[in-house]
Amino acid sequence: MRGWFLPMAVALGFIFLYAPIISLVVFSFNDSRLVTVWGGFSTRWYGELLRDRQILGSAWISLQVAFWSANLAVIVGTLGAFVLTRFGGFTGRLLLTGMITAPLVMPEVITGLSLLLLFVSMELTLGWPAGRGLTTIIIAHTTFCAAFVAVIAQSRLRQMDESLEEAARDLGAGPVRVFFDITLPVIAPALVAGWLLAFTLSLDDLVIASFVSGPGASTLPMVIFSKVRLGVSPDVNALATIIIGFVLVAVIIAGWMMRRAARKSA
Amino acid sequence: MTWRRALVIAIPMLWLGIFFLAPFFVLGRISLAEAIIARPPYTPLFGRAPDGSLEIFASLENFRFLLEDALYRNAYLSSIRVALISTIFALLIGYPIAYYIARAPEPKRSILLLMVILPFWTSFLLRVYAWMGFLRTNGVINNTLMSLGIIDAPLRLMHTDLAVYIGIVYTYLPFMILPLYANLTKLDAALLEAASDLGASPVVTFLTVTLPLSLPGIVAGSMLVFIPAIGEYVIPALLGGPDTLMIGRVLWDEFFSSRDWPVASAVAIVMLFLVVAPIMWLQSVQNRREEH
Repeated sequence: MRGWFLPMAVALGFIFLYAPIISLVVFSFNDSRLVTVWGGFSTRWYGELLRDRQILGSAWISLQVAFWSANLAVIVGTLGAFVLTRFGGFTGRLLLTGMITAPLVMPEVITGLSLLLLFVSMELTLGWPAGRGLTTIIIAHTTFCAAFVAVIAQSRLRQMDESLEEAARDLGAGPVRVFFDITLPVIAPALVAGWLLAFTLSLDDLVIASFVSGPGASTLPMVIFSKVRLGVSPDVNALATIIIGFVLVAVIIAGWMMRRAARKSA
Repeated sequence: MTWRRALVIAIPMLWLGIFFLAPFFVLGRISLAEAIIARPPYTPLFGRAPDGSLEIFASLENFRFLLEDALYRNAYLSSIRVALISTIFALLIGYPIAYYIARAPEPKRSILLLMVILPFWTSFLLRVYAWMGFLRTNGVINNTLMSLGIIDAPLRLMHTDLAVYIGIVYTYLPFMILPLYANLTKLDAALLEAASDLGASPVVTFLTVTLPLSLPGIVAGSMLVFIPAIGEYVIPALLGGPDTLMIGRVLWDEFFSSRDWPVASAVAIVMLFLVVAPIMWLQSVQNRREEH
């Protein structure tokens, strides 16, 4: 793998990764309704997007769902990881290990369908949850996101120097205090990463949300999917461009902050 | 065991027990029911016979139906085929990129790595949508090729199996590149030097040293592409044709279009045993091997 072959393969790979995204952005400024035929520069689709109540409403629902799912997933995932790395043997350990890793390989259609059937049966027998909507989507997203948080938290907990926790215990701190004063601050960066991943996964999910949501609670991916199914539409391009813009800004800020932190510690 | 310890164990245990494990029992139970027009649209498990005694309705009818109808068998097989072909393409495209990044000096390496991850943080649905604009009859690819005079009539690219392969490779390429990269950075450069000192050509060095040593990375990356690809719904629904059968799509249609909850549940149960169980077994074998 020397000479011209490798750089060329890499360049083609990156063109493959970025060409569709770039064309998406370019055609969001296209005046023509035919998404892929250039009809002059225009920002009209952005205006149309901002007047689209359905898209704005579903974006707000998606953000709420992602926020609460990420919070709950961090709690459930971190506790699960903590129990598995610090508690040694206990009854049900194997079961918990299985339940925390299985969602990672579970096809979304199965997770979605089985949770919906659970919610329906629970409503019939317990009367809760009454109907489906925001709550059921948050529960579903928390469950599959917790697995991803647990993986990140577990690897951090394993790397962590356990003598810090031992020292705190030797100095007379109780287990709760050790957790909040020592363990939690040390693994905090991993939890932030886990929260961000959970937030992104929740914001991105179409399949599970479609199964467990009810009338009146359509998430942004659900609305986009129903639009896109009928063919390409320029306001979706405008929406994509806005999302790509957000991600770019977030990555630049994160990179700048990491560089500053690295300089400080150096 | 103190009560506090029990409480800490109970929270994740109960949450996952109720919202992850219990649903499979409900799924299994409804797969044994029969579809009816009612709310909920399936027969109850227990009922009262005319003489007042308790009756249990459970039949394996749905599973027999899956076995007899060629549609489902074909969908399972074609899901495996599509996932396998996509994984091979992702490996062929991802390996050179991972290799190049692993050999690149800093800061070029960090920038390239960031560029691989960046698309992952944008919406998955919109990345698939981007390909719709590319592959359409009057999409970017056809327009470019026609204006260059390479083709006279637009190629049929959308709604084909090829479009599905492209969509899957595109979506999951970062999952292939990252484990490969992690593996290739650990590769000892002295081994490559030794091989070339002993007279091996670059190609021979690659085939006899680099490739075998990167096998764990290849396996890890391939699993990360194959697993989500096999149950995929969105990509075949948007880019595939009506004849692109995939099991995730069949399950979705059974549920949302036919509104047959029991058959959809039976499809899911079969999928659990034929797809998820082997994958989990394979992963546990792999984990055990890594620990030793």
